[in-house]
Amino acid sequence: MTENAIAWIFIFPLFGSVACAILGLWKRSWCYPISVFCMIGSTWAGIETLMQAMDSSAGEVSYILGGWVLDLYPRGVGIEFRADLLGALIVLVVLGVGLIVTIYSKLPVQEETPNKEAIFYPLFLLQITGLAGISLTGDAFNLYVLIEVAALTGYGLIAIGSNRAAAAAFNYVILGTIGASLYLLGVGYLYIKTGTLNMVGICEVIEANGLQDSATMQVAFALVGLGILIKMAFFPFHAWLPNSYCHAPTTTSSLLAPLVTKVMIYVMIRMVLTVFGVDFSFESTLWTQVLPWLVVIAIVSAAVMALAQREIKRMLAYLIVAEVGYMVGGVWIYNYYGLIGSIFHVISDACMTLCLFLGAGLILRKAKTTHFDGLRGLFSKMPFTMFGFFVGGFSIIGLPPTCGFFSKWYLITGGMVAQRWEYMVVLMFSTMVMVVLFFRLIERIHLAVSESGENLGHGHGDLGLTKEQTKFDEGPWSMVLPLAVAACIVLVIGIYNQDVVNQIERFLEPFNLPKGTGRP
Amino acid sequence: MFEEGAIFNELLLERLNYFIYVILLLIGLYAMISKNNLIKKLIGMSIFQTAIILFFVSLGVKEGATVPIYKAEHDPHGHAVSHDANDTEVDAGVVHSPQALKQGQVAQYANPLPHVLMLTAIVVGVATLGLALALTQRIFQGYGTVEEDELLVKLEREDARKSVSPLKAKVSTPKKTKTTKAKGSASHKKSVKPNPKASKTTSKRTSSPKKKS
Amino acid sequence: MMDATPVKDVVGSMDLMAPWIVNDIRPLLAFLVPWIGMIGIIWAGEKRPNVRETFTFIAAIAQATIVCSMIPLVLNGAIIEFQVWQIFTNVPLLLRVDGAGLLFACVASILWIATSLYAIGYMRGLHEHAQTRFYSYFALSLSATMGVAFSANLLTIYFFYEMLSVSTFPLVTHMQDKEARTGGRTYLGYLLFTSLCLLLPALSWCYVWLDGGAVTMDFLTDTGKVSFFSQTTQITLLALFTFGFAKAGLMPLHSWLPGAMVAPTPVSALLHAVAVVKVGVFCVYRVYSDIFGIEVLQSLDGEDWMIGLACATILISSLIALSQDNLKRRLAFSTIGQLGYVILGATLATDLGLGGSLLHIAMHACGKITLFFCAGAIFVATGKKYVSQLRGLGRKMPFTMGAFMIGSLSVIGLPPLGGFVSKWYLALGALDRDMIWVVVVLLISSLLNVFYLLPVAVTAFFRPEEEEDGKSGIQEAPWPCVVPLTLTAIGCFILFFLSGPLLTLAGITR
Repeated sequence: MTENAIAWIFIFPLFGSVACAILGLWKRSWCYPISVFCMIGSTWAGIETLMQAMDSSAGEVSYILGGWVLDLYPRGVGIEFRADLLGALIVLVVLGVGLIVTIYSKLPVQEETPNKEAIFYPLFLLQITGLAGISLTGDAFNLYVLIEVAALTGYGLIAIGSNRAAAAAFNYVILGTIGASLYLLGVGYLYIKTGTLNMVGICEVIEANGLQDSATMQVAFALVGLGILIKMAFFPFHAWLPNSYCHAPTTTSSLLAPLVTKVMIYVMIRMVLTVFGVDFSFESTLWTQVLPWLVVIAIVSAAVMALAQREIKRMLAYLIVAEVGYMVGGVWIYNYYGLIGSIFHVISDACMTLCLFLGAGLILRKAKTTHFDGLRGLFSKMPFTMFGFFVGGFSIIGLPPTCGFFSKWYLITGGMVAQRWEYMVVLMFSTMVMVVLFFRLIERIHLAVSESGENLGHGHGDLGLTKEQTKFDEGPWSMVLPLAVAACIVLVIGIYNQDVVNQIERFLEPFNLPKGTGRP
Repeated sequence: MFEEGAIFNELLLERLNYFIYVILLLIGLYAMISKNNLIKKLIGMSIFQTAIILFFVSLGVKEGATVPIYKAEHDPHGHAVSHDANDTEVDAGVVHSPQALKQGQVAQYANPLPHVLMLTAIVVGVATLGLALALTQRIFQGYGTVEEDELLVKLEREDARKSVSPLKAKVSTPKKTKTTKAKGSASHKKSVKPNPKASKTTSKRTSSPKKKS
Repeated sequence: MMDATPVKDVVGSMDLMAPWIVNDIRPLLAFLVPWIGMIGIIWAGEKRPNVRETFTFIAAIAQATIVCSMIPLVLNGAIIEFQVWQIFTNVPLLLRVDGAGLLFACVASILWIATSLYAIGYMRGLHEHAQTRFYSYFALSLSATMGVAFSANLLTIYFFYEMLSVSTFPLVTHMQDKEARTGGRTYLGYLLFTSLCLLLPALSWCYVWLDGGAVTMDFLTDTGKVSFFSQTTQITLLALFTFGFAKAGLMPLHSWLPGAMVAPTPVSALLHAVAVVKVGVFCVYRVYSDIFGIEVLQSLDGEDWMIGLACATILISSLIALSQDNLKRRLAFSTIGQLGYVILGATLATDLGLGGSLLHIAMHACGKITLFFCAGAIFVATGKKYVSQLRGLGRKMPFTMGAFMIGSLSVIGLPPLGGFVSKWYLALGALDRDMIWVVVVLLISSLLNVFYLLPVAVTAFFRPEEEEDGKSGIQEAPWPCVVPLTLTAIGCFILFFLSGPLLTLAGITR
């Protein structure tokens, strides 16, 4: 069973979704346990895959569906799933987040979308299948199909909430389709030029035939890149994201927000490094010159828009857009440390965004509002929830020892080594914006600073809140526990960052990225 | 180098398929971005996807070629035509394993792969369209319109109502409830009931084609 | 231009007298004790205030005991180490107790006992709200302070530095009104801006270009390793570090300190005397003495600017203090000036100057905490905040005002009080570098200290009260407020007479 671990990653959620759809028809209550079981199995397979990839000398495991042989040149017929260290790490993040959100989903799904479990859970599991597939597939066209699987289920999951969510999802459909179609076009051009769709095959052909200077390749690269940028909500193309995540049901936003954009960044890294190759992506195109400046614009605008928000979920959505800017920048400053930072940030950002959205879901459930003004003194009411939420916030700011600090550390280092001062400055700027955002929340939630500014201190002892507002009233354990686990993961990945970074370094080693060790 | 009309030839005649696909693509993009009606946007989306399908299909076209099933004379396992002397591998090869064709033989077959890919892409396109239509249906049920400008106005109004600070909402509660009743009640009652149906259709349409693909 | 030769020399000498390193868990215990105390505090909660305060006390005393138990070992020349976690490939999260760190840790942990007692009197006297929160974050910030004192490399020190920033924020905003919010925002804005935007680049700069931080970041390995960089880079790094540790309050990044005065007085005492600002100057000291090193600093071109800046801070802040009527604000500007002394000692880059700055951390802590305790006690007893309101108070609160007098004299630097010792060595350090003008600055600033501190006590003792309210006799603050301030005032004397071991810890005598 262990040698087919990669296949099990997909088998569990795929058949789980079928089982949910069928069994859920006459017993809705079965959906939840089935989903949890599938996700546990899938996560186990994910861990097993990562172990195998780490143990193998090449640092990768390959699984070829249907036993096709890929020895012929150009490598290309048959469907391959390849888990190199990067893919295995990302798939584990996807499955881990999926498992946590599945456990969390019990009550929110019942309450927000009553009687729809039999629809919700199949979509949910398919979504995870799609995302896991994106991170493991070794085939450029399959990647398109899996992107669409993830996207279509995503539209459904968002729209399941309310009519407002449906309207938000409509924009997402339009932009998402444009993005995916552009990607498909790019793959078409790649196929014209290389005659294969296998990612390794494409890379081999580009190197063997010296296609670096080909205009067709430039077109292919531009189309693929543009498509991915749209799908990952890079700044000018971010319009679909805030509304969708803001109006989606809690469970949906908790699953999509940490994963969808991050997985698309993973796709970008994969395209840049292992499909088009470092030489072509960084040397033959103008992207290294242009994109860091776009990133500057993206981060600044997203951060400023986040500042203007007064609702937690909407604010978090804009934060995601800013974080996307971080990671795109980390790739395109073309530097060893920048890429470590980018990849590590994909992992850590998934964890901390998960924390924040799980926390926001609990807040929404208890306080009935996510508007800032409704949150005063919530800390004394639900301390564990708020603690988890703050851990996520600290991580986004980049305070040690959370994982956000370490990823930011590598990004800053990368910016410095590549002498991309504009990128560094903008990182600092957005860090300060996040300080403002989260400490504004902490002021309200934890310290219960009064909006009116009257002194509630001396002799009152009641924070100016009613007994009702301050009574200890924690959320249900099935929601708080996943949040606590997520918060622990944020801290643990921070403390054990070296182990993760070692794997990333091992993955990046063959690419010979510039390290910049000259004396300044 | 280029004679009179050579550029014209090269651009329009030899690459006519590319031209058409680009034009279709732009038409689709234009419709998706600038049309006001949601259905028209979806039509644009369909055109957009069709353009890509056209592009891929035209890649695989080869004049005078046939479907990639072994022609009788090329079959290495059947009554094989005798080949060159140095082709011993093929003769001695395992009987039922696939064999690579020779250079000259390959030219007689069309590449099936782009067409096969497009089968999947068509399925994806259908799923997307179905889902998007279901969403449109729900939007119409909820807001009574499929015109984007009217929809945006209504959405903005709804968002503004929802995102009022709870502090302010407390102060001005009587006013708020009146306005919501007056404006929202008609559409609200309608919208609540059909929800489950609409979403069921949504999810069924989305989930079924994907399993095939 | 700067070859590695001086570095090699240092390496050679280090090999000759290899440090005597002892592995011991005590530094970690000193860091963890407040956490355990915090759990107890939260468990006891608002319903059992006596149990809660007992936990604070136990934690404070346990911490001080652990820290003090390391003194004999360190005085004999040992260095205590404890590796917590290998956080980067070459940079571990390492705790290490050497003379400088132990001196600072002793001051902080012993003064925490006094502050706990004082806080009980103050908070109960004013019936403050949210006392559980107050005590738990207090414990947390002391834990972070221990971490900073015992850090063995730049990364570790940065971790605890940030932890301190965050854990003191709820203390500063304790009052929860508009003023507190503004003060808290200024506080956090300054500290996080500098640490995230100036310090972090400087750290990763060291990390990237010097062997993954293996050499640069550790305090114990040979100093002068930054000579690898060009002069421009060196001075940039120096500036980034000096301003990055904004807790040191060097002008122009000082305005958070008066802003943070909205906090309750025990917090102000903690901020100004024990933890926050001292952590800032201690970090600056570490960078100057253990990262750059004396040789590099003395040959660095722009380093004079740093000395000038420190002197300017000393003088300007003293002048501002003269014009402040609010007692706590006056003390705050006085603190900024005194911090300038510490930084001045570090920038002088001589053995005596560095030692003097370390001593000044201890001496000023004792003097300034007395002054703040007094200001708080006056507020608890009479509700008065302004210097001009203090007329005749000396008769009503003799202990408090007496202690205030002693504290003032110590800060001014008169023998036989602790402040004299440190100023003496600072002046000697300046003379070592032939900078007479620095000595002049020190003299002028002492004079200014006299002008803004003594009038407070003088007003209280010698000017009659404007309107007699009929009540005469002693009206002191509650005893938990008065006892600690008396003790710290006595401490100012003790520090003068016991300065022998302190000199050893500070590395002036062996």
